[in-house]
Amino acid sequence: MAKDSAWRGKRRLPLEWLGILPFAIFAVLFLIMPTMRIVIGAFQTSDGGFTFQNLLDLNTPSIRSSYWTSIKLSLISAGLGCVIGFAMAAAVVFGGLPKGIRSPLMTFSGVASNFAGVPLAFAFIATIGPAGLITMELRDVGINLRAYGFNLLSFWGLVITYLFFQIPLMILIIIPALDGLKREWREAAAVLGATTTQYWRMVALPILFPSLLGTFALLFANAFGAVATAFALTGPQLNIVPIKLFAQIRGDVLGNPNLGFALAFGMILITVLANTIYIVLRVRSERWLK
Amino acid sequence: MSRFLAWFALIFGCLYFLLPLVGMTEFSLKMRRGEYSFDAYRRVFEDQRFWDTFSYSLALSAATIVVGVFLVVPTAYWVRLKLPQARPFVEFVTLLPLVIPAIVLVFGYIRLYNTSSWLPLTGSALGTDFLLTMGYTTLALPYMYRSVDTGLRTIDVATLTEAAQSLGAGWITILGRIILPNVMVAVLSGAFLTLAIVLGEFTMAALLNRPAFGPYMQLLGANRAYEPPALAVIAFAITWGCMGLMQLVTRLSKHERAKA
Repeated sequence: MAKDSAWRGKRRLPLEWLGILPFAIFAVLFLIMPTMRIVIGAFQTSDGGFTFQNLLDLNTPSIRSSYWTSIKLSLISAGLGCVIGFAMAAAVVFGGLPKGIRSPLMTFSGVASNFAGVPLAFAFIATIGPAGLITMELRDVGINLRAYGFNLLSFWGLVITYLFFQIPLMILIIIPALDGLKREWREAAAVLGATTTQYWRMVALPILFPSLLGTFALLFANAFGAVATAFALTGPQLNIVPIKLFAQIRGDVLGNPNLGFALAFGMILITVLANTIYIVLRVRSERWLK
Repeated sequence: MSRFLAWFALIFGCLYFLLPLVGMTEFSLKMRRGEYSFDAYRRVFEDQRFWDTFSYSLALSAATIVVGVFLVVPTAYWVRLKLPQARPFVEFVTLLPLVIPAIVLVFGYIRLYNTSSWLPLTGSALGTDFLLTMGYTTLALPYMYRSVDTGLRTIDVATLTEAAQSLGAGWITILGRIILPNVMVAVLSGAFLTLAIVLGEFTMAALLNRPAFGPYMQLLGANRAYEPPALAVIAFAITWGCMGLMQLVTRLSKHERAKA
């Protein structure tokens, strides 16, 4: 009897996989094949032969610097987003603030993390752009931001703008994780004579490590692939990879279609690498937790 | 001391978030010299292109939500019921859009489905709209799938299915009349998030050359001074509305469940 049902189960197996066929077709057509097309294109000459030349051609000062700026931008905005978001989340969860703050903060974070792209750039231009609210107010009291070298349409301007969606994303993910820290752990550490710093360094942070790291990887990819905010803020002039790729797709500014594939392939490589590092570290830290 | 630090972190954060919102609102009211007015908003609402692009993006969001629901609900249901071994594969695929940047994806679409390819979708407006809808579906996939899958976790899928089957229901009836109503809250909250994402999306629409709301905002931003912050205020209000509706459906359902 058992044998019979096992045999039937086996024979019916292929039919059950049919249930996710629509999903699989969708994934192949609109996720996997387009990505593979980029990867293959990066290794093809214009007439279809195999080559490494496209990747080697990426090694120009302009493209190198665009990758470097993009990586720096993503690392810094993700890092600051994590630190500030963590500080705000910790303030709400552990800081002894009124309970009523938490729910509005979560709601607002949900809104702000989705308020990205073109309108976000408008908001910052209206605030700290050349004629923005803060710029004008500060000028009235004798502080000329521009004279201090601040320019919204620059690297640091972009970092400040990106933080508007990076910080809320961190808050949304880390508050549940902070809730998961049990009060008993802190008490146990205190009973054994640990200071607050020791508790955080040796108990809380190692436990939070996987979620912190995961959020960092997510924020990194989030900033690395963002086009709209940067484009609306600075137009095509800022030299970061997604803007370069945007211009390349629109009008082949690099003068070589296959170089565009290589540029996009580089982006995939970097986000995949970031996520692989995250997965490896996560597996290691979870093993350690057991 | 720690309470002082907590207040400092919170106030610093709130200032950072409030100032741009105040800034854009104030700027959008300054079109008339010397006094506050709603002139910028009037200009925006008088512009026919605003309504055209906005309704275009709204229609695309609706299409995206429909495709997303038809794609995600049966798949998540089936994986839970019959194919738990497919879960790693399906979850991996649903997380891919968070790893592969949208601009890379749309680049792949343009190369794969151009006019000289085996499936020349970009050759016609309708084909491009279809392609854009599929692109948006992938962008929304991580959120939609997670939302629906969490919703399915709270109901007993196997028992419901067996009960329906013993009463003679077919798969379509089970999905449409048993499963879907039970995960409606999850579907709705995924739908509102999709709406928020699609309405302002810029990259895919711009590169596929479709007259969507995102590229319209960008174009206006490059050419005007006072309308862009007004648009930003409108966009913020829309995002807020979507998130508010999302919370509302979740809260209403909790209420209902508590009563029952």
